[in-house]
Amino acid sequence: MARSFVVVGLAAAALAAPTVSAVAPATAYAAGAVDSHAASSPSVSRPGAALGVPALRPQADQPAPVAAKLPVRAEPDGSAVQLDISFYGQSDGTRHPLVLLAHGFGGSKDSVAGQAAALQARGYVVATWSARGHGSSGGRIHLDDPDYEVNDAKALVDLAAKRPDVELDGAGDPRFGVMGGSYGGALGLMLAGADPRVDAVVSAITWNDLAQAFFPQSALAAAPTTAAGRDPIAVAGPFKQVWASTFFLSARGGGSAGAVDGGAGAATGAPGGQPPGATTAEATPAPGAAAGSGASRGPATGAPTAADSCGRFDTALCRLFLKASDSGVASPELLTLLAAHSPKPSLARVKAPTMLIQGIGDSLFGLDQADATAAALDAGGTPYAVRWSDGGHDAPSTHEAEETEASYAWLDHYVRDKAPRDSALPTAKFTYPIAATRAGQPSTLHTLPAYPGLSGTSLATQSVPLAQKQGALVHPPGGLPASIIAVPGLAALGISLSTYQVAALPGQSTAFDTEPLTEARTVVGSPTLTMTVTSDTADVTLFGSVWRVTGSSVTLANPLVAPLRLKVTPGQPTPVTLSLPGATYDLPSGSRLRVLLTSTESTFSNAREPSQIAVQAGGSLILPVSQLDGAAPGTTVSVVDTEVVLALSALGALLLLALGGFLVRRRRRRLLPSRPDLADIPLVIEGLVKTYSDGHRAVDDVSWRAEKGQVVGLLGPNGAGKTTTMRMVMGLISSDAGSVHVLGEPVSAGSAVLARVGALIEGPGFLPHLTGRANLEAYWAATGRAPEEAHFDEALDVAALGGAVDRPMKSYSHGMKQRLGIAQAMLGLPELLILDEPTNGLDPPQIAAMRPILRRYAETGRTVVVSSHMLAEVEMTCTHVVVMHAGRVVTQGLVADLVDSDDTTILDLPEDADAALVRAGVHALERHDGIHEVRVDTASRLVVVGELSRVAVVQAAVAAGLPVVGVSSRRHLEEVFLGVISSASATPGGEPIDENISLVERLRQVRAR
Amino acid sequence: MTDQQTSGSTDDAADQNPGSRHSTDHRPGEALLEVMESAPALTDAATEPIVQVHDPLSWRAELRRQWGRRRTLWAFGLLLALPLILVASFAFGDRNGNPNRSSPSSRIFDLAQSGAANFSLVLVFLASELLLILLAALFCGDAVPAEASWSSLRYLLIAPVRRARLLTSKLFIGVASTLFATFLLPAWGLLVGGVAYGWDPLTNPLGDNLTWGQFLPRLALAMAYIFVTLLPIAAIAFWLGVRSDAPLAAVGGAVLVSIVFNILDQLDALEPYRNAFPGHYGRSWQDALAVSPDYSNMLHGSLWALVWTVAFTMLAYRRFRRVDILS
Repeated sequence: MARSFVVVGLAAAALAAPTVSAVAPATAYAAGAVDSHAASSPSVSRPGAALGVPALRPQADQPAPVAAKLPVRAEPDGSAVQLDISFYGQSDGTRHPLVLLAHGFGGSKDSVAGQAAALQARGYVVATWSARGHGSSGGRIHLDDPDYEVNDAKALVDLAAKRPDVELDGAGDPRFGVMGGSYGGALGLMLAGADPRVDAVVSAITWNDLAQAFFPQSALAAAPTTAAGRDPIAVAGPFKQVWASTFFLSARGGGSAGAVDGGAGAATGAPGGQPPGATTAEATPAPGAAAGSGASRGPATGAPTAADSCGRFDTALCRLFLKASDSGVASPELLTLLAAHSPKPSLARVKAPTMLIQGIGDSLFGLDQADATAAALDAGGTPYAVRWSDGGHDAPSTHEAEETEASYAWLDHYVRDKAPRDSALPTAKFTYPIAATRAGQPSTLHTLPAYPGLSGTSLATQSVPLAQKQGALVHPPGGLPASIIAVPGLAALGISLSTYQVAALPGQSTAFDTEPLTEARTVVGSPTLTMTVTSDTADVTLFGSVWRVTGSSVTLANPLVAPLRLKVTPGQPTPVTLSLPGATYDLPSGSRLRVLLTSTESTFSNAREPSQIAVQAGGSLILPVSQLDGAAPGTTVSVVDTEVVLALSALGALLLLALGGFLVRRRRRRLLPSRPDLADIPLVIEGLVKTYSDGHRAVDDVSWRAEKGQVVGLLGPNGAGKTTTMRMVMGLISSDAGSVHVLGEPVSAGSAVLARVGALIEGPGFLPHLTGRANLEAYWAATGRAPEEAHFDEALDVAALGGAVDRPMKSYSHGMKQRLGIAQAMLGLPELLILDEPTNGLDPPQIAAMRPILRRYAETGRTVVVSSHMLAEVEMTCTHVVVMHAGRVVTQGLVADLVDSDDTTILDLPEDADAALVRAGVHALERHDGIHEVRVDTASRLVVVGELSRVAVVQAAVAAGLPVVGVSSRRHLEEVFLGVISSASATPGGEPIDENISLVERLRQVRAR
Repeated sequence: MTDQQTSGSTDDAADQNPGSRHSTDHRPGEALLEVMESAPALTDAATEPIVQVHDPLSWRAELRRQWGRRRTLWAFGLLLALPLILVASFAFGDRNGNPNRSSPSSRIFDLAQSGAANFSLVLVFLASELLLILLAALFCGDAVPAEASWSSLRYLLIAPVRRARLLTSKLFIGVASTLFATFLLPAWGLLVGGVAYGWDPLTNPLGDNLTWGQFLPRLALAMAYIFVTLLPIAAIAFWLGVRSDAPLAAVGGAVLVSIVFNILDQLDALEPYRNAFPGHYGRSWQDALAVSPDYSNMLHGSLWALVWTVAFTMLAYRRFRRVDILS
């Protein structure tokens, strides 16, 4: 694997480390290992992929970590202890600042190896060590005891000060920062409180007071002055059973490397923001994994003893914990001990600039813990910054990369760059996320110049009146069933499922809804509610949670509970202020908040005695709100991002291309000039050429014209190019060369002059769903000309459809469509009428009826061009004819001129003429001088070609014995046609024409070509 | 078949007796010729200026060509029938079918009967996936090849209607029909839902509940966005329609393209290029209904949609400007 994802964050193997699945969210949180390049890149407010930032393995030019053993203070029982440490040194001969990198609970120095390498690459000497009772270090876990773990760290600093590559502020005083998450975070704060040599602290998702973390009390002694401030009353809260058990089980395992590796693997597998198994891990710590790792370290054989169940825990500490687990009540000794093993007592002595990162998704160490630490630092005048993350022990952050980057920036500023304490912070003093409106999206980050309620600012609050104020609930005997509210991991999965049914158990809960919000608000911190509690027992426990109510949907604002434990006089109302879970969320206007009070919660140790509780809530719910209110949510994200820029540029480029194409086309448009000299001629075709893309030259240098008053017949066999010519005349097909002028105007696609032309080309085309009349109207509407010009009725009269004009086209016969097509061509009485095969589908009477129409149409001074195969028809209708063959014009002229000729005489014979007689007569005639050819056209018709005068021909025929009954000079057009076609075919191909084959045969040959 | 024969025979009857409406000695075309012969002498005609008619194939003319078509009627009929079918199905179906279903989409369906707003939302949810895409492809992809298949395209062009003008009219009416369908669907859904299930405002499965005052503009915005995302399909169909004379090829091709892009969109390997695919942001209209709408995806989706639309529309114009009309 060239690129390995080494994800070992600040919280690497944090307190929840015993099981593979439980460690996943904790390690994924603040996926710390960022290589130097990524780390030096500027942070963005909303990265697309904050998760799974790839970390490079230690670079080749970096010295490999050097392991060592450090003897430290012996255990209380006198056994010697050696810490397993590693130094990530620098080899360039100069001195470098130092970072002490502490690991989380259940982890070891290996848990932070990736991050250590990243810091080494950034120019630090990094010291990592397995804490007492962890990894390969000896001794037992004392839970960050100032006398043991904190002293151990001091000893490590002493050792580091002797290294030649570590920069010193003075003798034995290295320039160093301490960084860690959870267990390591508390250690960092406590070391800073105990050792003035510390130059900076980065402390993530850790505790301020361990007693408050395990026995949380949300009943306030005083109203909060900070966003998540929680100054509890002196009574210890209920026992956070599930977390304590998780904690305990991880101590049994003693923190194996296996858990860390597994965690890293699981975290890399979760870049989608879904920690695998996070939910189940918190609710039911998987004993299998713990037992599996424990088996390798714990006694392999022998009967279980009390000491065995404590694993590597200090036995005195362990016994107190076991006792609390059994009773669910904190012993004073345990509370004292936990309070001592916390940063809280020594915070006043912390002078090193401190960065606090705390998770909203953290049911172990909530925002109130960091709030208390920040308040203490603020009081002591120590520079600090608070960064709330949407991750925590329950869920991965969606901004791990930024959080890691901010941590490094903090160290760079105060340790490497030796910035004075009064210099500007390298980061905003307070950063908080607002969850995205949709699942799977990273939250948006917002910053404030001060932590609300500190640095001289006051806490902004919004009071929302309650809609109801009375409530009553029971505590069930045995504490079961328990409400399920804090389901860690659900939020990380992005599920906004309503778990209200399993949270608000009937009878065991009571809810207080607020009035609808009049304007949108953003809650940043812990809401508070004052109320009076009356119970029939002396010990009352309640769990408060905040829900958003919109219409009928009720969703948990954040999957956290605020427990409250009161000592009351039974039957007497006791006033109390409840600090609800600290979180950030948007509240749209019109929505309500609901404070749900339950008597049980599944992650806590619930009392077994039943009780009845009545609650009278105070007037309103106090919300700590963002000072940014008024700005619409999401405004921190610019509308113009990379994708918008890309899309806009693509769009712009396309539009430019379109515009450019349009302009170029306008310039290059082939503007054939008008020909005023041709203005009087309806149709002039000159040199027209069209070659299709398959190479077939359909029209080759065709020139002809149609004058006013002419009926021009366009003749030619199939494939002669008639239709192609007509399409070019109408601008349907572009010509390769040549020109078409109608009334002197050049024709191209859509030329305006085409309005003067009516056409029927290759059959009619009508909309099948319209009637005949509607079709003509639709066509005329498309021309955009006035309906009066169309003469619909007259045109329809040409079609002679009768009542069918008002029936849909679909029902029309072929002939009816054809006639309607002719009528359509005549709409508007065009000056040029072009009809392609107009007689197709017409019966003889209709053809006969059409004939005078066309003739008379032309007689009005207009022009008709007809193409047809029916030569007789053309002969009878047309005044002029153009004959095309194989794309060329072979002959053209007046029909009368073509059919009339001097050298040809047609002899008609009776139908019943004796065949033998005729044969003999023909032979005789052929031998006659001056007669070149005698063709037997039909049995009753002879064509005689020769130089003789017509009189001489008739005399000769009669002399030859032919029974002549009629004589004419006119050939049929068909003969002319076939004649010119055959001669045109013969000329280019040089193909010999057999004079003896019949006309029919010749026609067949022509057709076949 | 018998129908056709019957109608054919009546046609023939009409054929046989063309002048039945007129006096017996009337001949077809006589009236036309009379008009022509009484018309001013054509010698003047040549001197008349040849003017480009300002507005050939006007919107109205094109609308009239498309509106009475069976496919148009079917399309809108289907659109109008869909809510009624839904109501009928809900009436037949077992309301308390499976209470354990809790995926967001199934919750959308569970809420369908809670009122007009929810019902129309369900309708949009259902139709936006395929029906509206099909309609857009049909309205825009079918307009040109249908004319070609009726052989009427050439008559439009020689009317004369300039090529670009013809495309513009076709495209405009196609897009306008799509727009109409896009807004008709939720409006009709609101009406049917209101009558069937009452006029309750939105119970939002995707976020917080919205009042009518909030919901209607959001719905309009969502529909406008859906309309914009339909445009690439419409443009692709239009382009295919210009290239092909077969109406089905255009519609089917466009739907096929949308399916192919849909498949490609599933491939994570194409990240982030797939963001630009038409349909990638196809469901972003749901953002408009979120509590605090995040319009960034809708913005991206709209812009990419416009890019595709412009590209394929340009291709269509370019093609049609040059092509030889052989249909």
